[in-house]
Amino acid sequence: MQAPNAIQIENAVGSTAQPHAGCQARIAVAMSGGVDSSTVAAMLYQRGQSIIGLTMQLWNHRRLPQLQGDGAIQHRCCSPDDVYDARRVAEYFGFPFYVVNFEREFEETVIRPFANDYLEGRTPIPCTLCNNHVKFDQLLSTARQIGVDKIATGHYARIRFNPDSGRHELLRACDESKDQSYFLFGLTQEQLSRAEFPLGELTKQEVREIARSLAVPVAEKPESQEICFVPSGNYVRFIEGYFQEQRMPLADEPGDIVSMSGEVLGRHDGLRHYTVGQRRGLGFATGRPTYVVEIDRARNRLIVGEDAALHQTACEVRDVNWIAFASPSESIAARVRIRHRHEAAEAIIEPTSHDTAHVTFREPQRAITPGQAAVFYLGERVLGGGWIR
Amino acid sequence: MIYLDYNATTPLDAQVLQAMLPCMERTFGNASSIHSAGQHARAAVDRARESVAALIGASPAEIVFTSGGTEANNLALLGLVSAASSSTRRHVIATAIEHHAVLNACQELERRGFDVTYLQARSNGVVDAQDVRRAITSETVLISAMHANNEIGTIQPIEEIGRIAAEADIYFHCDAVQSAGKLRLDVNQLGVDLLSISAHKFYGPKGVGALYVRPGTPLEPLFFGGHHERDRRPGTENVPGIVGIGKAAELARACLDEDTSWIAALRDRFETALVDSIPDARINGNRETRVCNTTNVTFTGAGGEALLIALDLEGIACSTGAACSSGSVEPSHVLTAIGLSDDEARSTLRFSLGRGTAAHEIDRAIEVIPRVVERIRSLSPRSDLSAKDARARTVPVR
Repeated sequence: MQAPNAIQIENAVGSTAQPHAGCQARIAVAMSGGVDSSTVAAMLYQRGQSIIGLTMQLWNHRRLPQLQGDGAIQHRCCSPDDVYDARRVAEYFGFPFYVVNFEREFEETVIRPFANDYLEGRTPIPCTLCNNHVKFDQLLSTARQIGVDKIATGHYARIRFNPDSGRHELLRACDESKDQSYFLFGLTQEQLSRAEFPLGELTKQEVREIARSLAVPVAEKPESQEICFVPSGNYVRFIEGYFQEQRMPLADEPGDIVSMSGEVLGRHDGLRHYTVGQRRGLGFATGRPTYVVEIDRARNRLIVGEDAALHQTACEVRDVNWIAFASPSESIAARVRIRHRHEAAEAIIEPTSHDTAHVTFREPQRAITPGQAAVFYLGERVLGGGWIR
Repeated sequence: MIYLDYNATTPLDAQVLQAMLPCMERTFGNASSIHSAGQHARAAVDRARESVAALIGASPAEIVFTSGGTEANNLALLGLVSAASSSTRRHVIATAIEHHAVLNACQELERRGFDVTYLQARSNGVVDAQDVRRAITSETVLISAMHANNEIGTIQPIEEIGRIAAEADIYFHCDAVQSAGKLRLDVNQLGVDLLSISAHKFYGPKGVGALYVRPGTPLEPLFFGGHHERDRRPGTENVPGIVGIGKAAELARACLDEDTSWIAALRDRFETALVDSIPDARINGNRETRVCNTTNVTFTGAGGEALLIALDLEGIACSTGAACSSGSVEPSHVLTAIGLSDDEARSTLRFSLGRGTAAHEIDRAIEVIPRVVERIRSLSPRSDLSAKDARARTVPVR
């Protein structure tokens, strides 16, 4: 009776061996189920590379269902539909595909700091935290454990090895309108050496065309602009819901709205509802456009003023990660971007330690916001970046 | 592919397939129809019912066909409690290491206002029958205990619990999904009132199972419709599936002794080799009181998810626990119940062998697994710490 079915099982289940296995090192593709990462997988597969699709499960969609947007399930984070789409692409091309669960890591390194930052009056960037701590850390680590050396993602940015400096450099995407290098400033040399961004040379239009020509099953899927775990776009409701779920106190009391000179102009209903530079929703009229200039957490005050008050010429940057070179000893003239979509402005970057810097802009910049990243550019190269204090 | 996940599901036996095919081609009738096409289908269902009854030492009239193990377990728990509970009998006892098909049915009972006591297993993965005795109150209406655990394979003292239940005049359900085809089953010897099995765990088709119901056991149906299955499970009979479970039961009965002895020998050789060649590999559950085919191994310092994927890429299929819980972040409730830490539970794989497992496949697995474990450990953060931690606490298994 022993083993009469062995052959039968082989035939029934099929083999995971790939047509191209063995001819090149394997590469893992981080697949979200969207058109960009699906196209990366399709491109590498067509090139004959041996690939493994990995989709990260980052959030349990059963949690905070009321915050996951209105109706359509496909807009929810880590929804079964996105996993389904990624799996469909892998099945269509016939490469191995797995869902890996990083819900715990994501909550610890992205969601909680995001919520805490927000409560502290900073405006956090969860995508950078996710890149630094989940995608290019946990996921890369898992990829290496399962026997692959590199990970490809659908980011619009480029990596180039500079033989003169011996360093892996990060470059802007060729398509300026899609460039995501701002979110990638935290990558270490080790992480950059193990990452590939095959879309960096392409425009979004070209990516769609490639997706269509390769018959990628999600070629026509609409793009999502929202933060993945706040698909409704409403941060505040997410944070309130999250703290409620965690049974954590939301110390957030109404307080005064004051002018630059300290004159009380009105009341705010909790500082977490505001961000620096915000104009609407202040609840009073001064006759002139008025903006949030500063969030004074210590005194629970919202300081408002005219547009001119929002303009500053300098900021301090912490946790700087240098990419193009090891930390410099002298000041550098470069362009600095202080938020996604901000046009990089001329500035002098003066290192104050191996991972801090003082940035002085040539022209005052509007709404330099603590918690956002300051990313340093020289031409198309990202020299490095850090977090605005 | 080297398939070592027979506890998740088994391939369909070729003879079962041959028995099923005519029911999808020629004998397509509705088993409730009066005409001869219906009569042929009815005859096939009746024969299958006899085979299933014979597998577990029951009479054909005591067998209710269901859509699988989950439905059989739900019908047993919810159906019995609906029919037999009263204002003074609102307590249920279950073990903490049950499959989710039982545990989540128990949670539903709690939502309906019943009290449920979950009995912890001992660190060897076996529940102490005396704990069952101690948990009984004057309100207890039902005890539910699994026969063989799906994750670690340990066999529970069903006969002893059966005697305790009978003495106390309490209904007793046994989830035998993982023991059918691996252990001799006799409902009278086990002393059960209700017993669940599922065809695809013993080389039958998916989508069909059965619940044994001892005569006189009250049971409300879960669904409402026709008068099928003696009013206990309405719905047109799944004739091909039922014929499949019948044939699978017949084969299981015929092959059981021979299968279990060589599968156990192969399993023992496999796990001994793993323990010998991998530092700090540890077998979970009592090695003496287990079904023949299952081994559950903790590889401290190597994440189960990465292990599973890496082995699949090497052509070896296994699991991190119940297939029904995969994708969950929670560590296995079975492993934590027997005293493993969350990290240890997340560094554990289940290998389950079966009729199709060949000796040369085990040779290959013995060669591949240590290499993969070593690589993953070396690439895991804090690997030094975890290994040291494990060495300090590992109890020698041999």
